[in-house]
Amino acid sequence: MRKSIVKVKPVEKATNRRQFLKLGGMGVVGAGLLVACSNDDNGMGMMPDPDPNPNPAIFDLGQGDLGVLNYAYALEQLEADFYTKVVNSFYGNISDEEMQILTDLYYHEVNHRDFFKTAITAAVDGNTDLVLPTLEFDYGDLDFNNREQVLTTASVLEDTGVAAYNGAGRLISNPGYLLLAGKIVSVEARHASAIRTLLNPGSADFAGDDYVTTDTGLAAALDPSVVLSAVGDTGFIQTSFTANNLP
Amino acid sequence: MDIIKFLDGFTNEALLEGKPSRRDMFGTLGSLGKKAVLSAIPFGLATMPNKTFAQDSGSDPVSALQLALTLEYLEDEFYDLALQSGVLPSGRPETVYMQISKHEQAHVDFLIAGLEGAGVTPVEKPTFDFTAGGAFDPFNDNGVGQETAYAQLLALAQAFEDTGVRAYKGQAGNLLGSDFLTPALQIHAVEAMHASEVRRLRGLKGWITNNERGAGMPEATQAVYNGEENVVQGGVDVTTLGSDAPFSMEASTEAYDEALSGDDAVAIASLFIVSE
Repeated sequence: MRKSIVKVKPVEKATNRRQFLKLGGMGVVGAGLLVACSNDDNGMGMMPDPDPNPNPAIFDLGQGDLGVLNYAYALEQLEADFYTKVVNSFYGNISDEEMQILTDLYYHEVNHRDFFKTAITAAVDGNTDLVLPTLEFDYGDLDFNNREQVLTTASVLEDTGVAAYNGAGRLISNPGYLLLAGKIVSVEARHASAIRTLLNPGSADFAGDDYVTTDTGLAAALDPSVVLSAVGDTGFIQTSFTANNLP
Repeated sequence: MDIIKFLDGFTNEALLEGKPSRRDMFGTLGSLGKKAVLSAIPFGLATMPNKTFAQDSGSDPVSALQLALTLEYLEDEFYDLALQSGVLPSGRPETVYMQISKHEQAHVDFLIAGLEGAGVTPVEKPTFDFTAGGAFDPFNDNGVGQETAYAQLLALAQAFEDTGVRAYKGQAGNLLGSDFLTPALQIHAVEAMHASEVRRLRGLKGWITNNERGAGMPEATQAVYNGEENVVQGGVDVTTLGSDAPFSMEASTEAYDEALSGDDAVAIASLFIVSE
């Protein structure tokens, strides 16, 4: 079992997925690299963990449905924060279509974020110790006045979000939560398609061969550890947390 | 497995118990026109005796996959015919349809392999009628003209993709605990990527506002969008989470796609399926 998540580690399972977990070539990866994280591989080994959160100073997402909900909440916090910054200072010469799309994405992600906060708080009967805290973000050298950087980052976030929900579905045991995840992931996929088309209009990239397998027609699905490791690589998330109880 | 028999398993008892008239079908499916309604009737939704629904309720993984395969057959044949029709302009529309067609074919193959791998005989491919009994002429086979045919080609693609998204979502719960859940979610996301692009090709947003089918969509497609106006998610009215724009009715309905029951998905698909 992986013991830590928001930290830098190689993305092993995603090597055949070209770009959706990396911000390669944009000069933002190294900036603000997140180093605040818990120690992992700390001798817990493969044994069942007697204490789901061995380091209570650092929030752990939790296990089972709660863990998945907190995981989704973390990703939605990131997306919502990113688009908030985008719409508060749109890059120059933005087209009407791009402004409308990015504004809608901002609306949707803020809605998702606040929904998860409310839903998780209700699910744990108001025990906020179990709800992922509000995270801090830092985008390092990312230039929000640069269209290419903003749209490429948006594309990475949306693609990754879809893969994250797809991979997390099997970890959910409550059908109601599965349905909720389904309601949200398809909207994320609609976003991903829109941003992909903005980046390469008129192409097949809206559901491109880099993201959808050509032989089986399946979009990406990734485990939380892979997603969170990649998110950690971006350095965007400044608040450390762990996912010791998710695969 | 017989497609008709299979799909009947998804029909709800309320439809069947009361010997519904053709008017009931009309009301249920939207007003496509009498020809379309007639085409739906032989499909058997309204004529099957009241039997075997307990054991064939369409709530198990196999039924979920068979429904998915039926919808994929429909999409796959639609895009094949669209690409052959000469109606589709070259450039972006053709590029988009080719990419979607590739995926739908892959989904058909994938689901057939999955069902066979599980020792289940896949449903047979139905006979499709994309005119829906004469209401449409998307391939310009009946001389409606290129422009109108193209508009219908786009409208039907939007309806099929948005239906696909909702139908897969509606079956996810039936796949809980099954190895097919993850691939079904992966297909579900691809259908949503398709839907978003086709909608933009038609000049719409990639997401669904309220229960609006969108400009230029035939009224007959309204069944695809009914229910999308829901704002209560997991018991929370998301419009009450805040007072600013992200929590408006528009944003709150766009931010969540709604599921479609097997019954409703079958009702929509059945408009384009003719009985042998």
